[in-house]
Amino acid sequence: MSRVKMPEVNAGSMADIAFLLLIFFLVTTVIETDAGMNRLLPSKETSPPVKQNDRNVLPILIDKNGQLFVDDDVVELKTLRTLVIAFLDNGGAAKGSEGYCGYCRGERSSFSSDNPDKAVITLKNDRETKYEHYIAVQNELVGAYNDLRNRESRLLYGESYIQMEGEYDNPKTLAKRKTELKARIKKIREMFPLKLIEETN
Amino acid sequence: MSKFAKKKDGDLPAVSTASLPDIVFMLLFFFMTVTVMKDSSLKVENVLPNASEIKKLEKKDRVIYIYVGKPTQEYEKVFGTEPKIQLNDKFAKPAEVGDYILGERAKKAQELQNVLTTALKVDKNANMGLISDIKHELRKVNALKVNYTTYEGDAFRNIQ
Repeated sequence: MSRVKMPEVNAGSMADIAFLLLIFFLVTTVIETDAGMNRLLPSKETSPPVKQNDRNVLPILIDKNGQLFVDDDVVELKTLRTLVIAFLDNGGAAKGSEGYCGYCRGERSSFSSDNPDKAVITLKNDRETKYEHYIAVQNELVGAYNDLRNRESRLLYGESYIQMEGEYDNPKTLAKRKTELKARIKKIREMFPLKLIEETN
Repeated sequence: MSKFAKKKDGDLPAVSTASLPDIVFMLLFFFMTVTVMKDSSLKVENVLPNASEIKKLEKKDRVIYIYVGKPTQEYEKVFGTEPKIQLNDKFAKPAEVGDYILGERAKKAQELQNVLTTALKVDKNANMGLISDIKHELRKVNALKVNYTTYEGDAFRNIQ
């Protein structure tokens, strides 16, 4: 039996081939950014706004230079979150009266909101306001709500609201746990409902 | 003849390139796993703003993208320097957003049509007038779930 020796395949060009593929993928693909702030727009048929007491409304305005006004006062972005938390968490309604907020820890001032359910934030901006300023303000508003919701969620369930939302969105979470989480998230959202009215001049 | 032949001075051994293909393959696999194919080429500048309170968009098949920004240099001469909307591969007016959303929605599977999210990829220097026009159009076609796509970062960096 004759043994024919197979010639060795030359692997010297392997690196070149791999480089070629690498460069192809570098050129045709992108690293995607798919994270952001989720928002629900109001539907087309909105009921006319219910007349609210002035104390239950926090008007925020961003002008075209990115300057921030809260209640017509100039405000730095860094202090916005504490302002919004103080407003939402105020709980001004008197003890025993309807709409008394048992879990609020604010100053209970009679010049600020009655309870978180009644508190409304109106966000106005100019047509020339830059998008990045708008996003920065939105971020602080969402942050204020998240801080408050986290606080209550930790007290009630021992884990933060953000954690619960993350677990709920995770497809690996079991169905039983999901129904439990759904009820909890709903409860927390009802404690601090996000009421934001947006307007562009 | 000595048993240990003396090496010639100054003769460096060649660096072995045998592992080069392995290294390159490793890089290749890395890029293949972390990146996705481009689906539309951007004609607008698209530097997103930063935000910290963000959530990841989980399912890609439920997302419709709208890009907004200043036309890039090659298109500047024809389309000017004002921020424009890009839908798929072409520039569009705000009034065309509604039709685009309806068209994209019709392409998706029946059971997904009610859970679609519109991702707004907006350049940080765009102005809010255009955004509010888009939002108005979205409300008209009942596409209410919106995602303001951002980079993860400190929001205070936006104001400087």
